[in-house]
Amino acid sequence: MGTPLATEKPDSLDALYAMAQRLANGESIRDEIVGDIYRATHSICHEAVKYEDKKRLEQTYRLDRIVTSPIWGFPIMLAILGVVFWLTIAGANVPSSMLASFFGVIEDYLTAGFQAVHAPDWLYGVLVLGLYRGTSWVVSVMLPPMAIFFPIFALLENFGYLPRVAFNMDRLFKSSGGHGKQALTMSMGFGCNAAAILSTRIIESPRERMIAILTNNFVPCNGRWPTLILLASLFMAAGVASQYTTLVTALVLMGMVLIGIVVTLAVSWILSKTALRGVPTHYTLELPPFRKPQILKTVLLASKDKSLSVLNRAIIVAAPAGVITWILGNITVGDASILAHMASFFDPFAHALGLDGYIIMAFLLGLPANEIVLPILLMGYLSSGAMVDLESTANIKNIFLAHGWTWLTALNMMLFSLLHYPCGTTLFTIYKETKSVKWTVLSAAIPLCIAIAVTYATTQIAYAFGWV
Amino acid sequence: MMEKTIALAGNPNTGKSTLFNALTGLSQHTGNWAGKTVTMAAGHFEYQGQAYRIIDLPGTYSLYSNSTDEEVARNYIILEQPDVTVVVLDATSLERNLNLALQVMEMTNRVVLCINLIDEAMRLGVRIDVAKLQERLGVPVATISARKKIGIDGLLEKVGQVASGQLIPEPAPIVYSREIEEKIKMLEPHVVRLLGNRFPPRWVALRLLDGDTDLISTLKSPAGAPAAEAGEVMQLGNASCH
Amino acid sequence: MSSPIRLLDAKTGTKLRLTKLEVTGVLRRRLLDLGFVPGNVVEVLQKSPLGDPTAFRVNNTTIALRKEESGLIFAELLEV
Repeated sequence: MGTPLATEKPDSLDALYAMAQRLANGESIRDEIVGDIYRATHSICHEAVKYEDKKRLEQTYRLDRIVTSPIWGFPIMLAILGVVFWLTIAGANVPSSMLASFFGVIEDYLTAGFQAVHAPDWLYGVLVLGLYRGTSWVVSVMLPPMAIFFPIFALLENFGYLPRVAFNMDRLFKSSGGHGKQALTMSMGFGCNAAAILSTRIIESPRERMIAILTNNFVPCNGRWPTLILLASLFMAAGVASQYTTLVTALVLMGMVLIGIVVTLAVSWILSKTALRGVPTHYTLELPPFRKPQILKTVLLASKDKSLSVLNRAIIVAAPAGVITWILGNITVGDASILAHMASFFDPFAHALGLDGYIIMAFLLGLPANEIVLPILLMGYLSSGAMVDLESTANIKNIFLAHGWTWLTALNMMLFSLLHYPCGTTLFTIYKETKSVKWTVLSAAIPLCIAIAVTYATTQIAYAFGWV
Repeated sequence: MMEKTIALAGNPNTGKSTLFNALTGLSQHTGNWAGKTVTMAAGHFEYQGQAYRIIDLPGTYSLYSNSTDEEVARNYIILEQPDVTVVVLDATSLERNLNLALQVMEMTNRVVLCINLIDEAMRLGVRIDVAKLQERLGVPVATISARKKIGIDGLLEKVGQVASGQLIPEPAPIVYSREIEEKIKMLEPHVVRLLGNRFPPRWVALRLLDGDTDLISTLKSPAGAPAAEAGEVMQLGNASCH
Repeated sequence: MSSPIRLLDAKTGTKLRLTKLEVTGVLRRRLLDLGFVPGNVVEVLQKSPLGDPTAFRVNNTTIALRKEESGLIFAELLEV
C-alpha cells in the first residue's frame, strides 16, 4: 500500500472517508467483502448443517414446476381464483340470511320497545330505520363472504402461492412498464386498497411504486366484493338454471377481476409512457419454499381479524351514513326529499352511463367507505328513507327492478364499482405515502375517468346493438 | 425496573413477524412472501419478571443500506443500540441467512441467533448442529418454531441472559482477505480517535472502505439524533386498515 | 471446464459456477446479497410460463431474475 496514507491523520469524518476511499481504490471491495462473508457462512454450514436426504429437500421445488409450468401455470391460477369465489359465494348464502333474520328479530324488539315508550317517529326513524338497519345490513351482507374469502386467501398467502403469481405474471407487468412486485401489491388490494398502498413500499423505484399506487384501486377490495357478489348473483346469473347460479356468479366475478387486471396493465402502460416515463428497474424475486399453513389458526385469525374490521367499519362509517341518508331522504323540500332532488340532478349524466342519479349519489356519499354504497343506494330507492328488510335477496332485486334496473344497470354498477375512485381511507393513505396532493388527486381522477368512459362505452354499445 | 429493548432482524420471510406476534400477542400481517412487513412494529411483553420492548425490523437481505429498509434496520441497530438484537434465521436456508447474521455480529456483540422454522427443517431432513454453530459463531443460538410456539422459552432464556449482561457473547469476527484486513487496521485507530467507541470501529472502517456515504451523513447528524428518525417509521400494531 | 456463458443462455436443469457479474451499483449489491457471488453454484430451475423471468436456485433459495439481469451474469457449466 502507498505509504503516505499510513502517516495521514484525518481530522474529520469526511477526511477519514476520503482516506478510506483512496485505500479502497475501486469498486470491487464490496465483492470481496460479500464473497468473504459467504465463504465464512459456507464453511460454517458445511460443518453444522447436515442434509439427510437432498431428494426430500428438492421435493418442495417439484410443486413449483407445476404451478409455474408453461402449460399449467395460468390455468391453475384461474382455477384457484374461480374456486375461491365459488366457495365464497356458495358458503356465504346461508349465514347471510341467518344473520339477516337474526337482526330482523332484534329489530322487532326494538320497534316494540320504541312503541312502548311512545318515542317520536323521527327518533325511531333515525335510530332504528336508519342507524340500526344500515349497520345490520352491512354486517349481514358483508360479514359472511369476507369471513370465507379472507381465510382462504390467507391460506394461499401462508402457503406461499402469491410469489408464484408474481413470477407467472411478471412479463405482463414488465411490458406494461410496471414492477414485477406490482402483482404482489395487487394481491394485497383484494383485502384492502389502503393496506396495499402501504405494501407498495416493497417496490424501491419511486416511479414504479407510483404506478403501483395509482393502479391499485382496480383490484376490488373487501368493501366492493359484496356489491359485486350481490349484483352478479342477482342479475348476471338470473337466466341460468338454479344449480349453475353459483358457478355463473363466480365466473362473472372472475371476469371482473380480469377486467381489473387488464385495466391495471393498460393504465400502467400509459403512465409509463407519459407522466411516469422511465426504464424498468432491476428485479429480483424470491420464491420461498411452500410451507404447509397452520390451517385452523390461519382460518380463525383471518376471519376474526376481517370480521372485526368489517364490524368496525360498519359502526364507524355505516352507522352515521345510515343516519345521514335517512335524514336526506326524509326532509322534503318542495315536492320531494333532498335525496330525490340530488338524484334527479345527476340523472341525465347517470343515464348516459347506464346508471341513475341514485347510484351516482350512493357512490358520492359512499366515498368514506365502499361498504356503504349499496346500503345507501337501497335507502335512497325507498321513498320512506329506510332500508328494506333484507331477509331475502329477492326483495332487493324487486326494489332494483322497480327502479328500472336491467342487467345493463347491474353490469354498469359493477364496472363503476370496480373502476371508480378509491375510498377515503385509501386516498388518505396515498396522500400520507406520496406527500403529494397532485398524485392523490390523480389517483382518484384517473380511475373516475376510466369508470365513466367504460360504463359510457358499455351502455352506448348495448343500446346501439339493441341488447337492452 | 427498566424495560429492555429487543430488535428482531433477519432476511425477509423468516418468520420475524410470526415470532413478534407470538411474543406480543399483536397481529402483524404474516404470509409466505418476501416484503410483507413494511413498517417497524413495536410491542411489549414480559418474561420472568423482566419487561421488554420488541421492535420488528423490516426483513432485509443485508444491512449495507442498499435500500430504505436496510438503512432503517441498520440505523436502528447501530444508533438505538437495542439491548439484544435477535437475528431470525430460516432453518431451511441457513447459508444465506447467516450472511445477515454475520453482518449483525459485526455491528453489535449483544446478539442471539434464533433459528426459526425448525419444524420445516426437520420435515425436510435438514439437521442443524446447534452446539457447533454456537462454537463457531461465539453467540447463543436457539432453535424455534414461531408458528407452533416451540422453543420460545429457550430463546427468551438466552435473550434474558444477554439483556441482563449475565452472558456476554463474543462473536467470532469474519476474517477478510489480507488486503482488506490491512486496510481495516489502518483505518480503525482513526475511527476510534474521531468517533470514540460508540460505534464498533472495525465495522465503521469496513463501511468506509465500502464507500457507504449514507453512514457518514447518519453519523454526522448531531450525536446520531436517532430518536426522531426511528419514531417516524415506527408504527404500533397492525399496519393494515381493515 | 467450459468457457463462461451468460446465465441467460443456460439450459433449464443445468448447474453452473458463477464467474463474474457484469453489473454495477445497487443491482450488483443486491445480487451479491442474494448469493450470486462468483464461485457460488447456481442451478437453473424453471422459466415463467411467459418465458421470462427464470427461477434460479442459489444457496438453497429460489430467486427469479429477468433476462435483463441474467444476461449480465456469467458462469461456467458444471459437469452433471
